[in-house]
Amino acid sequence: MPKLQSAAELEKYRAEILARRDPAKPCIAVCVGAACDGMDSAAVAAAFVAEGGKLGDKIEVRTTGCHGYCEKGPNVVVTPGDICYFEVQPTDVPEIIAATLKGEVVERLVYKDPNTGAKAVHMNEVPFYKHQTRLLIGDNPKIDPMRIDDYLAVGGYAALVKALTEMTPEQVLDEVKKANLRGRGGGGFPAGSKWETTRNAPEKTKYVIVNGHEGESAAFMDRAMLTGNPHKILEGLIIGAYAIGAQKGFMYTRHDMPLLEKHVRNALAQAKEYGLLGQNILGSGFDFECELHFDVGIFVSGESSALMRSIEGNAPEPRPKYIRTSVNGIWDKPSNLNNVETWANVPQIISKGAEWFTSIGSEKSKGTKLISLSGNVVNSGVVEVPMGTPLRTLVFDIGGGVRDGKILKAIHFGGAMGGSIPADLIDSPLDFDGMSKLGAPIGAGGLLLMDEDTDMVEVARYLMDFLVNESCGKCVPCREGMQQMLHLLTNITRGEGKPGDLERLEDLIEVTGVASLCALGKTSGDPLKSMFRYFKPEYESRISGGSAGK
Amino acid sequence: MSEMTEIVLTIDGQEIKATAGMTVLQAAQKAGIYIPTLCHHEKLEAFGGCRLCMVEVEARGWTSYVVSCVYPVAKDIVVRTRSAKVDKIRKVLVEELMAHAPDAPELIRLAEEYGADRNRFERDASFCIVCGLCVRYCNEVKQKNAVGFIDNGARREISFIPEVAKDECWDCQECFTICPTSYAQAAYLLTEALAFPGQRKVPIKTTQAPEPTRRVIPIMPVAATT
Amino acid sequence: MSEQTIDGIIEKYRGQPNSLIHALVEIQHENHWLPRDVMHKVAAALQVPFAQVMQIASFYKAFSLTPKGRHEVHVCTGMTCHLRGAAKLRAKVEELTGLKDGETDADSRFTYETGACLGSCSIGPELIVDGKHYGRMTPEKIEDVLKQYE
Repeated sequence: MPKLQSAAELEKYRAEILARRDPAKPCIAVCVGAACDGMDSAAVAAAFVAEGGKLGDKIEVRTTGCHGYCEKGPNVVVTPGDICYFEVQPTDVPEIIAATLKGEVVERLVYKDPNTGAKAVHMNEVPFYKHQTRLLIGDNPKIDPMRIDDYLAVGGYAALVKALTEMTPEQVLDEVKKANLRGRGGGGFPAGSKWETTRNAPEKTKYVIVNGHEGESAAFMDRAMLTGNPHKILEGLIIGAYAIGAQKGFMYTRHDMPLLEKHVRNALAQAKEYGLLGQNILGSGFDFECELHFDVGIFVSGESSALMRSIEGNAPEPRPKYIRTSVNGIWDKPSNLNNVETWANVPQIISKGAEWFTSIGSEKSKGTKLISLSGNVVNSGVVEVPMGTPLRTLVFDIGGGVRDGKILKAIHFGGAMGGSIPADLIDSPLDFDGMSKLGAPIGAGGLLLMDEDTDMVEVARYLMDFLVNESCGKCVPCREGMQQMLHLLTNITRGEGKPGDLERLEDLIEVTGVASLCALGKTSGDPLKSMFRYFKPEYESRISGGSAGK
Repeated sequence: MSEMTEIVLTIDGQEIKATAGMTVLQAAQKAGIYIPTLCHHEKLEAFGGCRLCMVEVEARGWTSYVVSCVYPVAKDIVVRTRSAKVDKIRKVLVEELMAHAPDAPELIRLAEEYGADRNRFERDASFCIVCGLCVRYCNEVKQKNAVGFIDNGARREISFIPEVAKDECWDCQECFTICPTSYAQAAYLLTEALAFPGQRKVPIKTTQAPEPTRRVIPIMPVAATT
Repeated sequence: MSEQTIDGIIEKYRGQPNSLIHALVEIQHENHWLPRDVMHKVAAALQVPFAQVMQIASFYKAFSLTPKGRHEVHVCTGMTCHLRGAAKLRAKVEELTGLKDGETDADSRFTYETGACLGSCSIGPELIVDGKHYGRMTPEKIEDVLKQYE
């Protein structure tokens, strides 16, 4: 592939890709996302390739990233028609191919409502999907993440073209500011303001970073995006770099996902080959390079200043500086860090405009939010809904409620630094500020259902145990405070709690929260704080010798 | 070199003159105002690890809690080195550290000052409070790197590197004297005993190493606590 | 793995202290653990104090300072796996292998580890052996899975 020299060349190339494609030709998309892969969807994909191969050119088989409905994997989607097959086994393959060629549906493999038995064939009829607004994840079944042409075929890099050819960096920045895009990594901080700070920092050398670390337990949507559609994130990053005036980017992600690494490496190489990275991108005069970096397995490395230390090659300890990384980041240069989902939102904001973007969502939280739905839920998976969607929709309409017919006890958001709210707050809307006020900040977007049997003391102990192992250990309140909280919680779960333990815990929450060096320590007491707010009697009765849970 | 900018701020009600680039801790120390700290050393880069030097800062109507060893002085900020909240933070931090080094004189003194209960939290008598003074002094001042940090989180500890310590520590031992709990010395001796007994490099000309100014920790009677 | 391969990795990063983590990751990946003499070589070549190499190597969970078994058995302890019964899987693996978290058996057959979160929460609880995921695991099924790995 020769390098694309201009926007016109890219659009011409895109037209050629589309011209070669026959929309009527059946295409079978097999999900090899993390969960489907764990259910051996690779064997299903191989069977499709083998069977389909016998037919010559009649059918296309595509291996793709996460479709979303992880609970029912391996997932297969057949186009045209977006026919969804669930829990597909290699032995089902010949039947699916035969039916597809005849324009028929394999009834036994489509969705069946567990209560009514009603079937749903097409994606937009399946309850899990039909209540969603899949602006970001929706392209995944259409894309083989190893093929940049698949991304171009769904309109990929058109936003970059628009930014580079029709907009000044200031205009791009303005659009993102107007869109009120808030950081999806946890804080909900306006991305545009952060970009502006880095842009306005006097230092000429600037960096942009994708935080794809996703260390939050039970959060898996960023991996689904980055593994399933790496070019979308890269496009967002390049646009951001253009607006900010950065010459270099870093993708920081997990070391323990071989497929993710393969896809991202390949995407960077292809973008470079096509001239979307490197010198003079599409003839615009804008130069930008991007490097891939890995965490080496510790949660604190997702904290922004620790992450930057790690990119520099140092131990990932947060810096004790009262200066923002957006001004003073990697090698003391202004560095703008956003998470995967934030970057993924950028192309559509540029393509469709801030006005369109702000028409979706709640008053102060715009756009959609990716949610990893798991725990004691019937339908777990990656979900995308507009901000402001009531939790009830997520939990019941999409999630199908609690597993095994049990009663919902609590909803937990935000992993080990999030919080749990009781089931009676189920009508609260999904909103950065609203959820924070309730004590269960959205965090990165891991939503867990906890059923009636859940022991809330044990949950707090478990979360603290997780964090104790992920702390860097540099500052006293985080290192010692969490360790002491863990001791106390362990004792209480064992029925060895003592009078004064709750006061001790409250002191530790307060001091760890205010005195810790970085966000890990500062928010480590948050789950416990929410427990004390909503489930304190459970703690009290455990200390005074009551029984567990319920 | 540009002219040094003078900055006026308030610390504990006193108007203090400081120079741009100074930290609040430096400004306070210059003015003779005491702020406790366990990990700060004037020859070392600020670490911000022990958090005891945390103070209350009021700037533009906002009150926040910052570590004074890192926080830079700024015009017109109001600093309070003691307040109910600051004292509470220090009390709990000292209590946490006393779980490791209940008899360290420095901690006993701080415990008295802030009303900390040495028995409040579960004991793990590791004797090290991981202030990192030894590690950083060896790296930044001596540039020997004979002692380093290992592991993370609550398992983090200091560890002498026998291969380096064997040749470098015999005539230095300066970290022993800056250690607030005497653990550095114990850790070194243990490393020597295990990894290179009798092999410590000795001076060629004099047979005796220079007398180090070691601090001996007295064995403290355990006070009855309620 | 041969000494040459390790030396090759080290040579690639000679004189680049900022690449310490990269070098260690590659060596870990190839060799499955970081021998002390190799870390000394890394320190010398990359011009990093050995103490710093030790700090990084002991800090990150992905690095191992002791040799690993032929097969790595991992039980995910992420929150969903935890809610869905990871503790029972752990107990069973520990019973079958006689190992505790982080240990390797005397025959170097298995290294057993726990950790979170691998992101395949929907199929938790999970057992992962040499990177292969065994989803929706039950304690009863573990023995048959482990039998496949000699």
